[in-house]
Amino acid sequence: MTHNQTETAASKPSWRNRIGKLVRHYGLQIGITCVLLVIWGLFVLGAPQTFLQPNIYAAYMSTIPFFAVIALPLTLIVIAGEMDLSFPSIMGVGMVAFTAVWSLTDSVGLAFIASLLAGALVGFLNGVIVVRLGIPSLVATVGTQFFWRGVVLVLTNAGGVSLVPLKQTPLRQALVGRVGGYLPAQMIWAIVVAVLVWVFLNRHRFGAHVYLIGDNVESARLMGVNVDRTRMINFAILGMAAAFGGVLSSLEQSYFWVSLGDGYLLKTMASVFLGGTSVFGGVGTVYGTFIGCLIIGAIEAGIVAVGKVEIFGLVLRLSGFWTQLIYGLIIVISVSLQNILSRRLSR
Amino acid sequence: MEHILEMRNISKSFGEVQALHDVNFAIAPGEVVGLLGDNGAGKSTLIKIVTGYHQPDPNGGEIYFKGRRIEGLSVSEARKLGIETVYQERALADLQTLWRNIFMGRELTTFLGFIDVKKMRRETEKLMVGSMGFTSAAVAPDSVVKTFSGGEKQGVAIVRALYFDAELIILDEPTMGLSLSETKKLLEFVRGIKEAGKACIFIDHNVFHVYSVADRVVVLDRGTVAGEFLTKDITLEQLMDKMYRVAQTGHLE
Ligand SMILES: Nc1ncnc2c1ncn2[C@@H]1O[C@H](COP(=O)(O)OP(=O)(O)OP(=O)(O)O)[C@@H](O)[C@H]1O
Ligand SMILES: [Mg+2]
Repeated sequence: MTHNQTETAASKPSWRNRIGKLVRHYGLQIGITCVLLVIWGLFVLGAPQTFLQPNIYAAYMSTIPFFAVIALPLTLIVIAGEMDLSFPSIMGVGMVAFTAVWSLTDSVGLAFIASLLAGALVGFLNGVIVVRLGIPSLVATVGTQFFWRGVVLVLTNAGGVSLVPLKQTPLRQALVGRVGGYLPAQMIWAIVVAVLVWVFLNRHRFGAHVYLIGDNVESARLMGVNVDRTRMINFAILGMAAAFGGVLSSLEQSYFWVSLGDGYLLKTMASVFLGGTSVFGGVGTVYGTFIGCLIIGAIEAGIVAVGKVEIFGLVLRLSGFWTQLIYGLIIVISVSLQNILSRRLSR
Repeated sequence: MEHILEMRNISKSFGEVQALHDVNFAIAPGEVVGLLGDNGAGKSTLIKIVTGYHQPDPNGGEIYFKGRRIEGLSVSEARKLGIETVYQERALADLQTLWRNIFMGRELTTFLGFIDVKKMRRETEKLMVGSMGFTSAAVAPDSVVKTFSGGEKQGVAIVRALYFDAELIILDEPTMGLSLSETKKLLEFVRGIKEAGKACIFIDHNVFHVYSVADRVVVLDRGTVAGEFLTKDITLEQLMDKMYRVAQTGHLE
């Protein structure tokens, strides 16, 4: 087509064209948003008395952030073509640092900073193992996940720490308090983390390099991308985020359980993959992961509350046991849909 | 003549394989040097040392850029010095958009490493209309490179190397996959580089292409320089004869 023809095509303002373009660019995001709305719709239909009043949403927004603040930076790792299985253990390491510094200095502020630094350091060490020793991150973090869980157990002698004395501290109020007596502060932090990760992924050289090394690491090297540094920073950020998630969760419960992080691995990863981030690297969005977190959280919060759903005259009695089954169904279905969709969308 | 790049006694091994042995190479501003040699002769390895991708062996020679000794060069440092390259492997990221590929590793930033997406899109648009001459309606700054044709991909790599106003432009088999008319345009570009007073290392298996743009030809054979001569001193037939002889005997004469 010549220049002239493209202009005439563009001068005919065809809405179908424009919508088609939008769908092609944002198809996966639109798809995942629809999944969320459908699930929410089913819950409202299934248990209107629960889902049409605000309490359930407060509960929902209090738990989602604990893994959302980790899933968001994990998206960067997966886009870069890496994996990290050690973040649940890093949550524990962060809280060990927190409680240690707290009992030493009696300062919650310092304790909080110490936990973030400890998380970043452990994450950085993951990066060093992956980059300097050339061990695939999946393998390396299977190892470090055991190692750091072991460190937590040894250092704490497998005993938890009560955080009840922190209840009235400003830090706790700021991190997990209730804004206006209703909105869990951690939800605001999750949004802050989402915005930060979005900005770094989409508007900073670091994020540009994350996409490039996940897509074709050889090309990135040839064109002068500092692959090693990008990878190490990536793991350090995830470590810090894991520690942050651990602090939020522990402060909410006012107790540091040494098992902190158990049960986080799969649902955090599921949020990332639900959001359309590719295991093969090079592709993924922050928005997708955020919606992925909302879906995972919704299933968790919703199923117990629904109890009994009536769909087309079919009565299903749901108990907590159903959670896993439905998790599985939704993940498999939506990941398959995404796969079909993304193949369609790329011409 | 002041050289822009001078390499002295460069050696490079990959484990057991010695890809380069005591290679001397120099190029001046305003000069186009053709690098010829059989498959596996070491051409790409030599230029990847210039671009900072490979390091020479320890004590494997010296590199001077504008008379200044360069050691432990990285790719991004080389690009900052003004060395841009079209690699034989093209070095694209298939799943990324056109503008991300054009600015790969050298993103336009505003401050503190924040990237200027608008400007990169705009520049890409300009390049598409101008130098790339992309005629397919399916191509836009936000198109993903995966679906481009082979020639279009090669065009992206070429335009990228020309964008940054480099002082030394390295082209490793740039005509690979290009149509006749695109090849002609590329050879015009190379002459333009020379006229602008910049230097160009031109690698191509097509002796016609090399002969038509190069001032000087350096022939590599199994990791060593087999010989070099000015194109004005020999005819195309003599050059082709020499190339056959090198391939068979390893010697030019
Ligand atoms: N990264 C590497 N690891 C191991 N060996 C390599 C590597 N790169 C190149 N070689 C070897 O070095 C030698 C020179 O390769 P090089 O790519 O420089 O050749 P070339 O002259 O560019 O050939 P062609 O015309 O086929 O592109 C070859 O024997 C090749 O196998
Ligand atoms: Mg080569």
